[in-house]
Amino acid sequence: MTVEANDPGLSIAAGNGASLRPLLEWLARRAEPVAIGLVAILIGLALFSIFILVIGKSPVTLFQLMYTGGFGSWFSIQNSLSRAAPLLLTALCVALPARLGLVIIGGEGAVVLGGVAAAAAAMPFVGVVAPIVLFVFMGIAAMVIGGLWIGLAGFLRHYRGVNETISSLLLAYIAIALMNQFVEGPLRDPASLNKPSTKPLPADYMMGDIPGMDVHWGLVIGVIACIVSWVLIEVTSYGFAARIAGGNVRAAQIQGLPVGRLIVGFTAIAGGFAGLAGMIEVAAVQGSANASLAAGYGYTGILVAFLARHNPLAIIPVAVLLGGIDASGGLIQRRMGLPDATVLVLQGTLFIVILFCETFYGRFKIFNPDLWKRN
Amino acid sequence: MTKLLSPNRTMNRRNFLQASAAGALAGVAPGLIGSPAAAQTALTVGFIYVGPKDDYGYNQAHAEGAAVIKKMPGITLVEEENVPETVDVQKTMESMINLDGATLLFPTSFGYFDPHMLAMAAKYPKVQFRHCGGLWTEGKHPMNTGSYFGYIHQGQYLNGITAGYASKTKKIGFVAAKPIPQVLQNINAFLLGARSVDPAITCQVIFTGEWSLAVKEAEATNALIDQGADVVTCHVDSPKVVAETAAGRGAFVCGYHANQSALAKDKYLTGAEWAWGNVYTNFIKAAQGGQKLGNFVRGGLKDGFVKMSPLGSAVSAEARKKFEATLAEAMAGKLSVFKGPLKDNKGNVVITAGKAYAEDAIDLESMAYLVEGVVGSTS
Repeated sequence: MTVEANDPGLSIAAGNGASLRPLLEWLARRAEPVAIGLVAILIGLALFSIFILVIGKSPVTLFQLMYTGGFGSWFSIQNSLSRAAPLLLTALCVALPARLGLVIIGGEGAVVLGGVAAAAAAMPFVGVVAPIVLFVFMGIAAMVIGGLWIGLAGFLRHYRGVNETISSLLLAYIAIALMNQFVEGPLRDPASLNKPSTKPLPADYMMGDIPGMDVHWGLVIGVIACIVSWVLIEVTSYGFAARIAGGNVRAAQIQGLPVGRLIVGFTAIAGGFAGLAGMIEVAAVQGSANASLAAGYGYTGILVAFLARHNPLAIIPVAVLLGGIDASGGLIQRRMGLPDATVLVLQGTLFIVILFCETFYGRFKIFNPDLWKRN
Repeated sequence: MTKLLSPNRTMNRRNFLQASAAGALAGVAPGLIGSPAAAQTALTVGFIYVGPKDDYGYNQAHAEGAAVIKKMPGITLVEEENVPETVDVQKTMESMINLDGATLLFPTSFGYFDPHMLAMAAKYPKVQFRHCGGLWTEGKHPMNTGSYFGYIHQGQYLNGITAGYASKTKKIGFVAAKPIPQVLQNINAFLLGARSVDPAITCQVIFTGEWSLAVKEAEATNALIDQGADVVTCHVDSPKVVAETAAGRGAFVCGYHANQSALAKDKYLTGAEWAWGNVYTNFIKAAQGGQKLGNFVRGGLKDGFVKMSPLGSAVSAEARKKFEATLAEAMAGKLSVFKGPLKDNKGNVVITAGKAYAEDAIDLESMAYLVEGVVGSTS
């Protein structure tokens, strides 16, 4: 990290043939977030080790167990991927508006309402259309409702000056209350006595697993959504306009960019993805909409998005990492007798350290592409 | 549906005792019957809780039961708390099976049953799954699964008796999670117990809408006391907030799920507690003895599935006498809490005169009303 530009090794590298230079420039630009991110994770793990030592346990055993539980076997990898799947979509609900400078933390609301909308949309079509068509209907219903919900926070932000962080969070509470009202009232399956739920999807209308894996299709849908979002932000002119507006909203307005439409549009897409996460919970896991939809995916998504610095592609590895931490949490409880909060402490420590390390961006010359242009 | 209950119980207290006796015999005299020490059979048992193990409530009651079997020879106990009712619990079960070698699992939250536990049971047919609260149905659910639960409303009836004697305002309060049959039975039983002491008593109920929502539970408790209630009980996952808030305001507390006397101190009258230690011990003895585990296991006070907290110092001698007499009636299987004539709080007759339900009556499992004297609404 502290390597200076006059390091002899680097000069040699830079002097080695002109053809390498564009590659090195590109590498320098890309290496910065990866290197800072990895170092931040190492610092976070070191701080966490101190915490584990203080409570009288061995950090070495703990990290071994985390590896075993999260990534140590094919079973553990699938376990981590299953847990990562919903986080991909809920992280996008935070990352997309963040590129416009908005902090949306109420993705949970779009998840639960998306789930309810999907279950409601499925009811008239079960047994009438093919499962794949049904999933499309359910997905559309969930994305529209989720999009309206988070889009509302964006709308209130731009046209009424309401803080989007607060409004999206409060809207999440309203969404959960609405979900309870629907599954305990008009959409309730009378057979669900002690756990009010909508009518369950029949087994042949469940989304099922990816062939050869014990992970449901939500993982594939999440990865596709991340790639599409990356293209939207990095490649299209809409994404460019959004990034301008996120950098300086007044400058964007002076340039004549449709800031209002961008804000409402991006928040609506973000909410659509979170709604889709709710639909997948219904179609691939639960089979019906009920209170289990409010499992906190919307809130963990905030952590994923911030750790990924709101880069849709970076969300994929970060979500898998957090899925792995989650998956290993159980093993840590069982083998070491540590409370469930242990992994929460780890996640919180990582979050703080990574945010702190944000201040290191641009501090190290080695990552400056201009360095590699010289000579 | 009637077939589901009493006639079809695959394991009741008597079978339990037989199982235990057989297990004990095999353990004591292995040489005599030529089998290996069955009671020593190594067995890894997994417990999964939806909330924290020390919640003074639903999860703690199960964790206390698990702690009982942990002491049994040959048992390796693996536990995981705060597991949500999502794919997480499926993976937790698989992880216990694959990484810890568990062959008997107790997923204790209601929402773990369908689809999560059923999916894992189909995938791991050699592992035994026993679920708390689910309605296991023969022919519909796999034979390596099963459910167990207790009839606890008689405990709330006994709570109501102590409340009836303790209340000066003749108003008692109930903080409830959701208007589902199990909860409605408890609310109604609590009031009926109090009315067996004084028919003028009313019970205000407030539904919080969630199983665990501390802020609303505190608000609800305060609101009940502000409206004059001087004895409060609840049916939420963790009664900790209700017990502490009510006792702090000077109201009496009747406990639920586990013993909350440490929280409410001298304001604690009694409480309806689960006695899962007995239930789990019997399951383990059957498993170690190589016997078939019950698929549909139910019981109440008399079967040792439910117990009452020791009476608190505020319980009067008169109250103690009636409490003990009623408890004896329940232990003899003669207590019927829900009997006609009984009206709901909208004036409709819900149980006609001359009809009395036993604690395990199937009709009670779909209860959808609040009885006369309960102030509140199910919707």
